[in-house]
Amino acid sequence: MALALQTFSTVKDANAALQAAGTRYLGGGTLVVRAANEGDVSVSSLVRATEPSLSTIAIAGGRARLGASVTMAAIARHPELAWLAPAARAVGGPAIRNMASVGGNLFAPAPYGDLAVALLALDATVVTQDGEAPIETFLAGRDTSRSIVTSVTFALPRPQSFRFLKVSRVKPKGISVLSIAALLQRTEDGTITSARIAFGCMADRPMRARATEKALLGCRLTPEEIAPALAAANQGIAPITDPVASAWYRAEVLPVHLGRLLLA
Amino acid sequence: MAKVPVRFTLNGSEKAEFIESGATLLHALRDKIGDTSPKGGCHQGTCGACSVIIDGELRLSCLTLAETCNGADIRTTSGLAAGGVLHPLQRAFLDAFATQCGFCTPGMIMAAKVLLDRTPNPSREEVVEALSGNICRCTGYEPIIQAVLTAARANSQNAA
Repeated sequence: MALALQTFSTVKDANAALQAAGTRYLGGGTLVVRAANEGDVSVSSLVRATEPSLSTIAIAGGRARLGASVTMAAIARHPELAWLAPAARAVGGPAIRNMASVGGNLFAPAPYGDLAVALLALDATVVTQDGEAPIETFLAGRDTSRSIVTSVTFALPRPQSFRFLKVSRVKPKGISVLSIAALLQRTEDGTITSARIAFGCMADRPMRARATEKALLGCRLTPEEIAPALAAANQGIAPITDPVASAWYRAEVLPVHLGRLLLA
Repeated sequence: MAKVPVRFTLNGSEKAEFIESGATLLHALRDKIGDTSPKGGCHQGTCGACSVIIDGELRLSCLTLAETCNGADIRTTSGLAAGGVLHPLQRAFLDAFATQCGFCTPGMIMAAKVLLDRTPNPSREEVVEALSGNICRCTGYEPIIQAVLTAARANSQNAA
């Protein structure tokens, strides 16, 4: 299907054009052009913005700001984001990583959107043309969002506090069976004082693992002490079924992989 | 659908075309310019057969809109041979029987070229990673991996 692309130098102008029916925002193209190629007739025109700030990574004052057009490849090679690189590298192959953007990943339906799982664990803030929102709120309302995402910001985690795991059947790269991101604050003796866990593929979009987070408080990372947290992992999940794995399979293996991530 | 002017450099030659707005780069290359080396496989970003190099980076031409490439430097497999002499990667693919039906080969070679341009002596793991976005249904991948490693060795010997 033919598309009409409008390019604007500012996000403000692009945002105004985005309000027209049938219009989608073009980031890296890995979602919206794919949809058009597949015959999605709901897409009739595209808009994009070329504002330079959309493509910059800024790290200052203990916080990171990723422009919405920043690619997975740019994150993976940034020296101060090496801890986040495993999540960026989990997305696609090299060509996809040169195209797929931070902003687009927030809209990627499961089984895609591995970086968004990491950003949810990091309690990121999503900045749009119309304001900003916690990522959890943004993800919940993303289907009706009509405001261009301009950046994502988050506090840099303490060293060794962030963990990420993606499970796929095809090696070295494949679609997610599941992904897990964890941000754990621990005392010197290893006791968990704060836990924020996010799952991918356990719903149609990244979700918090609240029961697991609660069960981890006061634990140390030993098989015995995390057992209740693993037992709670399936609470509230509604895994997807696709050609890669059934919902039943994903639910069965989730506690296994969560345990491996926590004990790694 | 309105047509828009698109101008870029393809394998060192200036190209200018009027393209339907929203057309993919793959369409522009194959159906407008006549460079059929990038292949249209899945059109979903999964198979890598349409891989080209845009401004030094590997990208998928099936998911790239042509009009976003204005002013870009685009490289495809058809521009690799020089004066009838195959590029070392092309020669290595032939010698290692790394191509059977050949549909994935242009994408594989462009993915390998980006790797060797940046990492002249890659490890096997780096080759596997570099080709991880390209699917081959014929070879089982091993001859392709060996071809890329052979081309890397040939490059380093020539440079020595």
